[in-house]
Amino acid sequence: MTEPHLITPDVLVIGGGPAGLTAATELADRAAGHVLVVDREPAAGGIPRHSDHTGYGLRDLHRVLTGPAYARHLVRQATRAGAEIRTRTMVTGWADDHTVDVTSPEGRYRIRPRSIVLATGARERPRTARRIPGDRPHGVYTTGQLQNLVHLHHRPVGERAVIVGGELVSWSAVVTLREAGCTPALMISQYPKAESYAAFNAAGRTLLRVPVATRSRVTRIIGKGRCQAVELEHLDTGRRRTVACDTVVFTGDWIPDHELARAAGIALDAGTLGPLTDTALRTSRPGVFAAGNLLHPVDTADVAALDGRHVAQQVIGHLHGMPRPADGVRLVADAPFRWVAPQILRPGDPAPARGRLLLWTDEFVRFPQVTVRQDGRVLARRTLTWPAAPGRVFRVPSGLLTGVSPTGGPVRIGLR
Amino acid sequence: MTATPHRPHDGVFDVAVIGGGIVGAAIARELSGCDVSVALLEARDDVGDGTSKANTAILHTGFDAKPGTLESRLVARGYQLLSAYAKATGIPVEHTGAVLVAWNDEELAALPALKEKAEANGYAHGRIIDADEIYRVLPDLGEGALGGLTVPDESIICTWTTNLALATDARQRGTTILLDHAVTGVDQDDETTVLHTPAGEVRTRWVVNAAGLGADHIDRLLGHDRFTVTPRRGELFVFDKLTRPMVDKIVLPVPTSRGKGVLISPTIYGNVMLGPTAEDLTDRTDTATSEDGFDFLLSKGERLMPRLLAEEVTASYAGLRAAIDHPDYLIEATPEQRYLLVGGIRSTGLTAGIAIAEHARTLLEAAGLTLRTRSDLPDPPRMPNLGEASPRPYQDADLIARDPAYGTVVCFCERVTEGEIRDACHATLPARSLEGLRRRTRAMNGRCQGFFCGAAVAALHAQHQTHDGCASQHKDHR
Repeated sequence: MTEPHLITPDVLVIGGGPAGLTAATELADRAAGHVLVVDREPAAGGIPRHSDHTGYGLRDLHRVLTGPAYARHLVRQATRAGAEIRTRTMVTGWADDHTVDVTSPEGRYRIRPRSIVLATGARERPRTARRIPGDRPHGVYTTGQLQNLVHLHHRPVGERAVIVGGELVSWSAVVTLREAGCTPALMISQYPKAESYAAFNAAGRTLLRVPVATRSRVTRIIGKGRCQAVELEHLDTGRRRTVACDTVVFTGDWIPDHELARAAGIALDAGTLGPLTDTALRTSRPGVFAAGNLLHPVDTADVAALDGRHVAQQVIGHLHGMPRPADGVRLVADAPFRWVAPQILRPGDPAPARGRLLLWTDEFVRFPQVTVRQDGRVLARRTLTWPAAPGRVFRVPSGLLTGVSPTGGPVRIGLR
Repeated sequence: MTATPHRPHDGVFDVAVIGGGIVGAAIARELSGCDVSVALLEARDDVGDGTSKANTAILHTGFDAKPGTLESRLVARGYQLLSAYAKATGIPVEHTGAVLVAWNDEELAALPALKEKAEANGYAHGRIIDADEIYRVLPDLGEGALGGLTVPDESIICTWTTNLALATDARQRGTTILLDHAVTGVDQDDETTVLHTPAGEVRTRWVVNAAGLGADHIDRLLGHDRFTVTPRRGELFVFDKLTRPMVDKIVLPVPTSRGKGVLISPTIYGNVMLGPTAEDLTDRTDTATSEDGFDFLLSKGERLMPRLLAEEVTASYAGLRAAIDHPDYLIEATPEQRYLLVGGIRSTGLTAGIAIAEHARTLLEAAGLTLRTRSDLPDPPRMPNLGEASPRPYQDADLIARDPAYGTVVCFCERVTEGEIRDACHATLPARSLEGLRRRTRAMNGRCQGFFCGAAVAALHAQHQTHDGCASQHKDHR
């Protein structure tokens, strides 16, 4: 076999969602050379492409757009800045530490850039990954699949849906179901309150009114051919009941699409399951950076986009031969936090994107008092005015890290 | 469409084979290699959609069969025949080898007898190894393995492609495939048997019953009462491809007085499988997975390979084995009825299928059916490669250059291209449903289970269905 065709851009951005496109725009704007974005979908834009409701662009564009409009805007912006976007182009593996193999209708070839930004995003765990037994009928989706079906392919769904999960994205699924003429009959959440209630004002909640079964989990899917019902269990009483539905949407429970990072042998964080990164968004492999919801599954699209802007500056530093900084200290999330991103603080590095650490909580705390400790000493303690709620990223100002000693032990971030 | 030289000229088939699983498809293929007209009746809307689609997909050497049984002989012969057929048709096979691992003294003590049994079955390559050697081969195995028996020739195979290759081959040789033809009644006279189905009558001179889970029902329709099928449910977990490096061999349990344990095996698609459970049911359609089954598998997995359980589950499924109250395959001809029963074929039937077909032919000839091998047989079909051991279309630069549809990846997790989905919709036995498409391409079988690709795959399937009319193919009685 002949040696595959090779191209050598300056920067390769893998994944054309909000983080990747914004990184590409910023890189091209700052004359980083040939900036190439590859996306495996027929169109770039990422998840917002099929999230056909408003609420996008607030933090990065300072305006509010629908998902598809936001996606188109990001694509135009990157193209106008001079970045090249190749769609239907999938990175399938690594030829060596800094070279990837791709497949596209234009052919099978290799890309060896000077720097790589991984921006492959996240997906929702499907029913199988949640290990939910029962029949395997039609009509069982994730939000991603549902929105693809409804908004991109204009296909019908069922008439009566159960929504599993109560995160922000779960309400997005409700909106899509309503649009598709499917009644959201019940939302099921393991938490004492639907995770994102706080995110909606009373008017919004009334508008989206869906009965919520709290402290509950799905124990079985029922139906041959088409879905007929789900069985659910109350976590405290153990009582079970079945709810008739022809559609089930598994929402949230995100996992990063980390296959490429893992295949490269790049170190992962045990909490996020995304690449372990420092505040400059470097991964464990020199020259390979990461941004977006691959690192924090998941925050909103605009936060992912601003990650992209942040990583661009660091990539430019790398292209200019900025030396790799010294070892840093690890940031560790204490319960009820499940993870923190980024996870490494190095002396001389910039503050994290937007000056925020991102954390994920397993408990709802109305007035969270965040405590930062190092080597048994409390470095900072601050009560934040926004709640820590499961199903949403909890953002903590990185100013709380000011007193961290670069030569000390791990920095623990907890509550109280 | 393919040449079909052997249609019944008087509306009566020479042979009707009931059951489009691996065994039925293999028998139809064998018989349509002879100068007779053959119909293959399948109750569902696709071949290979019952027990044959949900097994452990192991190409067995037959080392652990009961020596002297028909099963022992046919599995050993089938291993050779299927290995050769797989090469000819492109059915993916990986010769991973297996290790039976002993976790307690009873199991350890059982190993020498198992080795002897393997030898009695004609399999002499087994070797007893100590714990150190086991952990050298399988470093991620859980603690506490005491020793093992190697079976270097146990292999993994694609059960879906095997079934499809046999059925496609049968069809190309002239078998008429009748989908949605569940046999609900039988009438016989001196010359003809009429099989009643919701899709109409099928008239035939000879009947082969390879109906798997329904074989005892069909047998009773023909007036017999010799066995009962008990559906034995086996549930399995399929783990993420990222776990594949942990499991390089099939890890088999040592069968003991306390029953069979579960196995861990690589799959031909690059995943790792944990299972199966074994639970006798009464409902022959209950392929649901269960909480108890999952709990059992997870507790076994915790012991076998705790690291595996920390990884993502890609899929779970359940299959029903057609267990019968008879210790061996039950293959018997009733010449006066022009009838052959092929029953009691357990999970070894995947391996033994082609050998069972050979055996069936011999019995039919002995019963009075004249079978002359044809000289004008078409070549066996070349099947699309679903396996990870050899290059797939998305990796083939020349193929993509010739046809860019093979460069358009639609299912990202499994790297299935538009070209493969198109081909599956226009194949000799086309994908008539999304499930059929999954078994022909792997589309939507990956870790996202359709999050990214589900809608696009459905759209492509619909697009190709509208244009080629294959949805009505089953009505093609000719």
